[in-house]
Amino acid sequence: MRIDAADLHYRDLNRQVRQAVAEGEMELEIVNVNGQRYIADGVQGSVGMELHGVPGNDLGAFMDGPTVVVRGNAQDAVANTMNAGEIVVHGHAGDVLGYGMRGGRLLVRGNVGYRVGIHMKAYQDRFPVVVAGGVAGDFLGEYMAGGALIVLGLERRPGQELVGDWCGTGMHGGVIYVRGDVDPARVAGRFVAVRPVDDADRKVLTPHVEAFAFAFGLDVAEILEHDFLRIAPISHRPFGAKYAA
Amino acid sequence: MNRAVRVPIFRPNEFKWTHDPEKCARCKRCVQQCGFGAISWEDGPVSDPAKCVGCQRCMVFCPQQAITIDVNHRRNVWHQAETGGVLLTGMGCDLDYPILWDHLVLDACQVTNPSIDPLREPMELKTHIGRRPDRVKPGGGEEDESDIPIAPCLELESPIVFSPMSYGSISLNAQKAIAMAAAECGVMWNTGEGGLHEDLKPYSHRAFVQCASGRFGVDADYLNAGAAVEIKIGQGAKPGIGGHLPGEKVSQEVSRTRMIPLGTDALSPAPQHDIYSIEDLRQLIYALKEATDYQKPVSVKIATVHNVAAIASGIVRAGADIVYLDGFRGGTGAAPTVIRDHLGIPIEIAVAVVDQQLRDEGIRNQASIIAAGGIRSSADMAKAIALGADAVAIGTAALLALGCTLCQRCYTGKCSWGITTQDPALTRRLDPYVGSQRLINLITAWSAELEEILGAMGVNAIESLRGSRERLRAVGLDQTTCDILGVKPAGVGA
Ligand code: SF4
Ligand code: SF4
Repeated sequence: MRIDAADLHYRDLNRQVRQAVAEGEMELEIVNVNGQRYIADGVQGSVGMELHGVPGNDLGAFMDGPTVVVRGNAQDAVANTMNAGEIVVHGHAGDVLGYGMRGGRLLVRGNVGYRVGIHMKAYQDRFPVVVAGGVAGDFLGEYMAGGALIVLGLERRPGQELVGDWCGTGMHGGVIYVRGDVDPARVAGRFVAVRPVDDADRKVLTPHVEAFAFAFGLDVAEILEHDFLRIAPISHRPFGAKYAA
Repeated sequence: MNRAVRVPIFRPNEFKWTHDPEKCARCKRCVQQCGFGAISWEDGPVSDPAKCVGCQRCMVFCPQQAITIDVNHRRNVWHQAETGGVLLTGMGCDLDYPILWDHLVLDACQVTNPSIDPLREPMELKTHIGRRPDRVKPGGGEEDESDIPIAPCLELESPIVFSPMSYGSISLNAQKAIAMAAAECGVMWNTGEGGLHEDLKPYSHRAFVQCASGRFGVDADYLNAGAAVEIKIGQGAKPGIGGHLPGEKVSQEVSRTRMIPLGTDALSPAPQHDIYSIEDLRQLIYALKEATDYQKPVSVKIATVHNVAAIASGIVRAGADIVYLDGFRGGTGAAPTVIRDHLGIPIEIAVAVVDQQLRDEGIRNQASIIAAGGIRSSADMAKAIALGADAVAIGTAALLALGCTLCQRCYTGKCSWGITTQDPALTRRLDPYVGSQRLINLITAWSAELEEILGAMGVNAIESLRGSRERLRAVGLDQTTCDILGVKPAGVGA
């Protein structure tokens, strides 16, 4: 089913989407998307959506199952508190991606903004993953409690950092993998430690990098042959000693 | 840098525990009852003064009245010199700030205006919470009304809700008692930021489901299970401070309900790092409305701080249907003592200024106000409503009904009354059915008293008291405070 989003307010567009899903539609193509917020917000089930244009903030918030492909850039707060499903962005994406995400996967071909993956948490069989093809901004993985953030740094400009400042602040679970170097003096410290990946890490990493390469038609071997670093929390109880017991 | 090293200090005990061997029947009940492991048996009960928190469980359960507990010394400075740590506490602020409720009195009818006898006349306590339409067309014919959208509202049988207390901070039995009472009384309970336990789903039609910075237990099913969704920005007991459930309290069941791994700290920091402005708040409010297909009112809960009126106005303009104001005397499961006791402003002031600001801006109809944080009785409730609240929320009062003795050690997870603990040996002390009946009694009593008050004031519906500050007078308040409250001093007539 095809929906033309031109001149539609997000409320009307999303009502149409919800209605189509409720009627059992399995494939939605939405064209002329132009900043409409909350697309696929709270949508459950296994519907596939392809968006042409630039969706607005909170794409896939509280989403629980669908697959969303964005043929363009995405804005802020993609995959906010997402439970399951997959979002594939064929461009860059903005700030606060994957906030409190509990499951599913977000693949972004290009760069991602500030505060990506904060409060991400794994639970039982749910393990949220964000893969950024480019670089990430400040506060990556802040308060992260589970899941994996993978930053590939493809097509980096010389001297461009893979992650910004305050990476992993308050992090107490989960793992961040970066392809390339970070200055441990800048990243490690109070909350996280940095070391090269081992075989167990590669096992976690590889299927998601494969999915990324497949989604964007890239050579997976070329991406994987590079060195990766693992950034992970020192403690699951970072604030344990602060209080008078 | 943390330079603290534990240095034991020799000091007087905080509580004086005495036991009369003459009266003692040597039943050992006190040893079993102490949740803090303070009492042992050495040919008779002995209390370890370092462990006794004065919760009075032993005293209440001693069949012989053989035990007395007296407060001896506050321990704060010693304790900090010993540990170098931030002091933690539970429940609400107990410092001696003036309680403005006790400086406000209500009007009554005499001679020229008849009172109403609530025994004889119907009294309406039913309260609707949520957004009201911007306009109503005169005439009221069918076609006149059809184009005015009516937002979803909550219908309360009495203007009381239970304040948010998460499973994790309180036991499942305590939360179940509250949820059952809310369902039975036709009022609301609130999940707090702890998810919705399987056992409480039958009561979710009477629940606010909360969404806060940690997003614990929040998914599409959870949002749609509740009757309303609440975004928690702040808590009166700890404005600017987040929640922190220590890993040792994250039991199997708590982990399942919050959807987090067993034994990890559950951090919900005060800053929601996706909300830095009213526009960002609006984004989350509408993300929740979209996820629930605009079927549920959205509440935003804030701690009352200096700028509360402007903030509340922003919240209403951001699309919230309910503004939940939590005053600085509100309770908590755990907070730094210094924060609990010194930050924020009283709920009396906050309700008055928020109601006034929303009226001045012509947007009072767009959201209901819930007043919380220091509501101790039906009188406080009536005064809060007269000052401008639509309903009140009770937390501490509800826990008192469940047996709490205000020992303020909720953060230890050892509550002897089975309320703020996850220890199965302690939680089974609280029978949810018995607890629920006590809460039902409390709400029944307060509702009946509210009817008495309304009758004496000559109004027959709680709606008629709402925002009716003319029916309040101040006793012993300065003119500035009277002006802020919008209340005349006693002695000034109509
Ligand atoms: S509960 Fe009372 S009577 Fe029983 S052992 Fe303790 S002090 Fe003695
Ligand atoms: S809930 Fe329990 S621990 Fe907290 S103050 Fe009441 S009795 Fe003490």
